[in-house]
Amino acid sequence: MKKKSRVVEYNKWGYIFLIPFLVIYTIFQLVPLITTIYNSFFENYRAGLTQVGPNFVGLANYGKLFSGGDLSKYFGNTMIMWVIGFVPQIIFSLLLGAWFTDPSLRLKCQRFFKTVIYLPNLIMASAFAMLFFTLFSDSGPINSILMNLHIISQPYKFMSHVASVRGLVGFMNFIMWFGNTTILLMAGMMGIDPSLFEAAQVDGATATQIFWKITLPLLRPILIYTLVTSLIGGMQMFDVPQILTNGHGDPNRSAMTMIMYLNNHLYSKNYGMGGALSVILFIITAILSIIVFRVTGNNEKVK
Amino acid sequence: MKKQLLSALICASMVAGTLAGAGAVFADDAAEGSVLNIYAWNTEFQERLVEFYPGYEEVDATHGKIGDVDVVWTIVPSAENAYQNNLDEHLLAQADAAADDKIDLFLLESDYALKYVDTEFTMPIADLGITDEDTADQYQYTKDIVTDSNGNLKGLSWQGCPGVLIYNRAIASEVLGTEDPAEVQEFVKDWDSFNETAAKMGEAGYKMTATVNDTYRVYSDNVSGPLVQDDKIIIDPQIEKWIDDSKALVDAGLTGTGDLWGDDWSKGFYPEGKVFCYFGPAWFVDFCMAADDEASIAHAGGWGAAEGPQGFCWGGTWIAAATGTDNASLVKDIMLQLTCNADIMKQIVIEKNDFVNNKKAMEEMAADESYGDAVLGGQNPLPMFCAGAENCDKSKVSAYDQGYTEKLQAAAKNYFEGNSTKEEAIDAFYTAVEEIYPNLSH
Repeated sequence: MKKKSRVVEYNKWGYIFLIPFLVIYTIFQLVPLITTIYNSFFENYRAGLTQVGPNFVGLANYGKLFSGGDLSKYFGNTMIMWVIGFVPQIIFSLLLGAWFTDPSLRLKCQRFFKTVIYLPNLIMASAFAMLFFTLFSDSGPINSILMNLHIISQPYKFMSHVASVRGLVGFMNFIMWFGNTTILLMAGMMGIDPSLFEAAQVDGATATQIFWKITLPLLRPILIYTLVTSLIGGMQMFDVPQILTNGHGDPNRSAMTMIMYLNNHLYSKNYGMGGALSVILFIITAILSIIVFRVTGNNEKVK
Repeated sequence: MKKQLLSALICASMVAGTLAGAGAVFADDAAEGSVLNIYAWNTEFQERLVEFYPGYEEVDATHGKIGDVDVVWTIVPSAENAYQNNLDEHLLAQADAAADDKIDLFLLESDYALKYVDTEFTMPIADLGITDEDTADQYQYTKDIVTDSNGNLKGLSWQGCPGVLIYNRAIASEVLGTEDPAEVQEFVKDWDSFNETAAKMGEAGYKMTATVNDTYRVYSDNVSGPLVQDDKIIIDPQIEKWIDDSKALVDAGLTGTGDLWGDDWSKGFYPEGKVFCYFGPAWFVDFCMAADDEASIAHAGGWGAAEGPQGFCWGGTWIAAATGTDNASLVKDIMLQLTCNADIMKQIVIEKNDFVNNKKAMEEMAADESYGDAVLGGQNPLPMFCAGAENCDKSKVSAYDQGYTEKLQAAAKNYFEGNSTKEEAIDAFYTAVEEIYPNLSH
């Protein structure tokens, strides 16, 4: 009897320490989430300075989004550009992480390199995109260099070709985020018991074998974390393509992401359509996260 | 600095006669409100007020003083619609704002003037006590733009913005064999001649214009009706002609597809840009063509002005009084001094090469042989501007012109560059416009 009450006593502190989180979560996450869902059922926008609505319209906003037929296109654009950036990002990060943590390599100036690869992440994404916009403009430095080297005779219009625009967006995301991922993966790699590596070496495993058979499997939780956060971040891709394409997502909206589309609706404070789009985005993100967890994390439970 | 001091002195002496009256106005202001809030998107109007409004004292970049009244500037750039977003929020909160926080005066551009003019948020200038007589010398088109659907005049401008074709004199003499404005005009007198001349430019290795968007204002200013009618988006024949003509020029390599104000566009301000002509009004010639840069054509006075294929007006800034202002008489005086006082306006022309909104003053200066614009090699473009301003017709503006223009140029670019067909581009244009203006359809 006495013992139980003491446990309750201790539990109380747990709840007290949770209060700040719960309050902040409720105010800044839960309430906006619910009002977003609520807003998505209303016609609510501004025509000039005149407020239209809010009028309850049921699922009309969702109907409009799906009947337009462009939603899947923007979703596809977002995912393609995310993959273009994520694949090189994870490869480079794994490689760099493995090198940095490998004690037998004894890399010098580790701190310096870790700082340098993290630096691009400190630049504001919009400034970075602005820089690329100038570099790759029709009469920009990249074109002049290529022309002076006689690789091309006419300026290549980087902003007018689907592949180059998407490629540039992916490349920028890669440059910006590979340092961050490297640091994360390194933390994971350093968490692996060194005796496992030593044992493998004693057994005569090569560096490649150690990487594939020991490092990677034990890194799985961190990899999943990286994948999920990057995926969610990728779904919310906005500033880089927005600035690079001047908000138009051209050519032919092939670089228009979901959030850029959302941003178009906010021009007229269209909370109805914006809300509906956000709800769809929320559902997609949830589904993708569940899929990732199922595919990569199932074995844990079986064990 | 010396020049500013001089101009301040000139202004002071010019209005010496009215100072007694002005003093009385200041006294009233103290009773009215102690803070004058001005919303603008750049410093152009601020510079005008600092230099030409009698009694304005500059405190710092966003503060000033007129008599006992503190002037507070809120300057938000237009990019990404930031200026309007900020202005809208404050206007909608105007009724509940404290007297010193209320917007007293704000600036408008023609592309979206109707959005504000046709609402309760702007005051008819008649209510401020400005009469038709005061504004009699102003160009009619500058009043048409800011007249609401009930016929109330809701704003005033100190500028007129009739545009001309601005050509590169060196290229003109090389390719056309003349740099005389009247003779060059023959080569660009209508769109057929313009396009034929473009072909000649191409043969000589030059571009006719820097981008397709240079000619857009000329076409769109001569449409047969408003671009949005009864909430329906209209593709006017003039707009279609712009698309077709531009496509032909792009395909022939005679112009580019870059955005206005971009790097690819402004290359033509320098000799190595190899661009024959630009289109623009007075403010464009003096502020936008890099005249301060020694390497530029403008610095060397290498441009000339001709009427071009069609007359047009581009830009301009209007002063509007916000409903609920607590500084009505000061707002009235600013409007009167900067847009109706012929002496101050003439001074603006002489010092700033601006084209001011005063028929008499401009016609006088147009006849003045001694006046010339250095950027245009000493040519006096005012007769051309005067005629343009007289003929300018802005009765067909709609409240949606800004979004229409922006989205059309973006969508058409896909067609010009061969990424879509014309029909696809127009469909994409409809989609984009309806996204930002949900009340419109096509």
